[in-house]
Amino acid sequence: MNKKKILIHPYIPNSVPEIKAEMLNIIGVKTIEELYEDIPEELRFKDEMNLPKPFPSEYDLSRHVEQILSKNQTCQENLSFLGGDCWQHYVPAICDEINRRSEFLTAYAGEPYEDHGRFQTLFEYASMMGGLLEMDVVNVPTYDWGQAASTSIRMATRITGRTEILISKTISPDRLSIIQNYCKPTVTIKLVEYNATTGNLDLDDLKTKISSKTAGIYFENPSYLGCIEDQGQLISDIAHSHGALSLVGTDPISLGILVPPSNYGADIVCGDIQSLGMHMQFGGGLAGFIATRDEERYVMEYPSRLFGITTTSVEGEHGFGDVTYDRTSFHDRIEGKEFIGTATALWGITAGVYLALAGPQGMQELGKLILQKSQYAMKKLSEIQGINIQFSQSSHFKEFVVNLDGTGNTVKEVNKALLKKRIFGGKDISSEFSELENCAVFCVTEIHTKEDIDRLAQALDEHLNEGDNRR
Amino acid sequence: MNKQTRTRNFHQAKWDEPVIYELSNEGERGILFPEIEQEIENIIGDGLSKLPESMIRQKPPNLPEISQMRVLKHYLRLSQQTLGADFNVDIGQGTCTMKYSPKINEKLASSHKLIALHPAQDEDTVQGILEIIHKLDLFLREISGLDKFTFQPGGGSQAILAMASIIYAYHDSKDESKQRDEIITTMFSHPSDAAAPNVKGYKIINIYPNEDGLPDVKALEKAVSNHTAGLLIANPEDTGIFNPKIKEFTRIVHEAGGVCGYDQANANGILGITRAKEADFDFCFFNLHKTFSSPHGCGGPATGALGVTDKFIKYLPVPLVEFDEEKYYFNYNVSNTIGKIRSFYGVVPAILKAYSWIMSLGSVGLKEVSQIAVLNNNYLLKKILEIRGASAPYAKGRHRIEQVRYSWEELYNETGVTTEDVTCRMADFGFHMWSSHHPFIVPQPFTLEPTESYSKAEIDEYIAGLKRVVEESYENPELVKSAPHRSVVHKIETDALDDPARWAITWRAYLKKTQK
Repeated sequence: MNKKKILIHPYIPNSVPEIKAEMLNIIGVKTIEELYEDIPEELRFKDEMNLPKPFPSEYDLSRHVEQILSKNQTCQENLSFLGGDCWQHYVPAICDEINRRSEFLTAYAGEPYEDHGRFQTLFEYASMMGGLLEMDVVNVPTYDWGQAASTSIRMATRITGRTEILISKTISPDRLSIIQNYCKPTVTIKLVEYNATTGNLDLDDLKTKISSKTAGIYFENPSYLGCIEDQGQLISDIAHSHGALSLVGTDPISLGILVPPSNYGADIVCGDIQSLGMHMQFGGGLAGFIATRDEERYVMEYPSRLFGITTTSVEGEHGFGDVTYDRTSFHDRIEGKEFIGTATALWGITAGVYLALAGPQGMQELGKLILQKSQYAMKKLSEIQGINIQFSQSSHFKEFVVNLDGTGNTVKEVNKALLKKRIFGGKDISSEFSELENCAVFCVTEIHTKEDIDRLAQALDEHLNEGDNRR
Repeated sequence: MNKQTRTRNFHQAKWDEPVIYELSNEGERGILFPEIEQEIENIIGDGLSKLPESMIRQKPPNLPEISQMRVLKHYLRLSQQTLGADFNVDIGQGTCTMKYSPKINEKLASSHKLIALHPAQDEDTVQGILEIIHKLDLFLREISGLDKFTFQPGGGSQAILAMASIIYAYHDSKDESKQRDEIITTMFSHPSDAAAPNVKGYKIINIYPNEDGLPDVKALEKAVSNHTAGLLIANPEDTGIFNPKIKEFTRIVHEAGGVCGYDQANANGILGITRAKEADFDFCFFNLHKTFSSPHGCGGPATGALGVTDKFIKYLPVPLVEFDEEKYYFNYNVSNTIGKIRSFYGVVPAILKAYSWIMSLGSVGLKEVSQIAVLNNNYLLKKILEIRGASAPYAKGRHRIEQVRYSWEELYNETGVTTEDVTCRMADFGFHMWSSHHPFIVPQPFTLEPTESYSKAEIDEYIAGLKRVVEESYENPELVKSAPHRSVVHKIETDALDDPARWAITWRAYLKKTQK
């Protein structure tokens, strides 16, 4: 009984000594060490890795991790109005049910024969996004909106043979940073001013900056600052008259009620599908889409996987496969377009489930619901003394900028006060836009009830206009 | 199970499920959203009237209308037609480390304590998840010997892009970015090691393998110059042969003024055995969805965890997650940062799963993972070499690390059966067998990696599958060439997928092209 028990970890079946010995014997070596003969002494790590004592028991492990996670305060336990590139929407139960299925969760790169379902669901995802966007080509999703916008821009430079890009200044600063890195050093970026009153693109500045060098103009609708851009067709016309492309980033959940960018001249549309059935996951639920018309000169510039429907050797059977695989870096390491690798396919499948559940009516009703709630929130907040809604002349979808200049409080102070009342206030953009020094982006979606919005307004009013905080 | 051949009388599910648009019935609903409160409607109206007329969508989006259970059933049926690693003896997808993704980690990552976190929350409210991010950074420092990790890249290829971006920023800081315009990589490193730096404007020099299957040192010596920006190289490469001269590679490139990045996307055979540090690399990256067990998700979400030495911390994407002995916090104060690679902090659920996996195994367990992965691989190698028509080019008689790129060249020469044919027939027994990245340097390639997750009995079953297909190839090659026979679908007509007049990437494009 004193004999020391060998721990066989449940994840490593062939640790069983008898099996290990049998396998070594068949290989023709005495120890596993001999299998590492090619690794020279000088490259060997001689110490033991300094890692914490593990929890091989699943129960202990679970206790340990849960204990750490319990230190988090979530948007479920608190009332959150945070937005800005990651949003709290309702996730239908079936979205989770499907993306947690072992079959989809643990598949990877099988052929269409083993993974017919993976190919079909991603084709259907692209098809439903195509229906929403009114475009004929949609990629298997990439990392996030930032990557989708970066690739849309690089596609535009290849399609036009030009290397300069114009970007609306209302873009999310994080996304701009991703694009800047992705474009450096081969693409030049110029920012286009926006109208300080409406938050919409400054067309005069666009006309000044656009030239025969411009590959495309990229703008977002609704923008990071929440405004709905109603000059889309004018912007696209200006781009096209200079031989440039119109590139539009959009939040797909707005398209039940907003006109899709393809209707106002967009040549390449991109955005994030996180709103379509992905939990926020501290920003881990993002995934980017890119969509275009079905023209060879566009299709051939995608770096992404594109799944297409085709026939098989059996009459009437649908098959699926990669469309123009040869354009990817998997086929040609250098001549391939940009690069392709593991990105966010599972979120694409999930967004497909979401769109199938919502259907045309659901997307319309949801869009209208969000509009009503955000407009109500804007109205309630604007009634609070000292608070101004920036760009109030413009229309908004789910986000709007709240200016706290008139309150004598900083966003940080206000958010700290709200936090004490278990409310996460808007995303502080004070350091992101020098001209919006004391501003926050508030996000209101279908998850917010009237009571929630009233609670926010009351908490703000109490903090700003009662007691010592009034300045 | 067929006792004689030890292969399964397998048949994949075949539901013959229509494309989702074909299920649509006008008026059906899959989900209802909340009704607007009457008080809000009284004050605000329909919400639409505030929009500019030109921005209101007049025509509802063309989406299918399907009741909830039918949507569920559709996706469940399609899931059954997808061969996840949880079902498969998934050792046929070499280079991808298809190991077990523990269910406990899925459960932990689906906790509302993670999924309901917004990335812009106050630091005080996210101390738990920041602790996990920071501790995984510490673990990977220990595993690699490097000094700081970022988890922002959403996959290995994006980690390679980040490495190329840092290499550019580094040379730029010395005013040498114009002159140093070449990145060196090897043909058996992942395609993205060439493709991603190409996006950053680099010219790419690909080093070919020598007769031992290893990248040629002499070729490297010839390739370096004052144009060299850096080296991006895997080790072991796709062949599974460890490059014993790897330190000479880093020395040669460093002496030429270049920077060295180690592609350790797959490090499954070397945990606790050898590290980036001892080989003098400036960077390395690990794919959390490979070595560290986060699931592959049909191709992501994923994480390429990128580590650097002290010298390069100032170039990392922001923010870094730090600990001041009291509190975890975001550090945006990174002097030469390349900015952002991906929004926020990366694929956080993958970070949590990797953390949990390491905490289940510890340092002894991690080393055991690698040792058993290597044991399994060399056992498989021994058995594959006994199969008629199969070979393992290069390094004859030597052992391999975690994977091997094999060849069916002899099988093809003797029977006309190709790698693709074998793959299609293997599907009939419930197996996947992958070929290789392009170009096919090894003729009729196939790449196997058994990891630590599969028992000897399962590895034997896979081998029995290959043996059976080979026997069939010699006896009745037509049977193999016309496969699959027991899969969801039959041989796919691929010409249409390359023809602009016929390809259809969405249902609407399909309808336009087929209903003229």
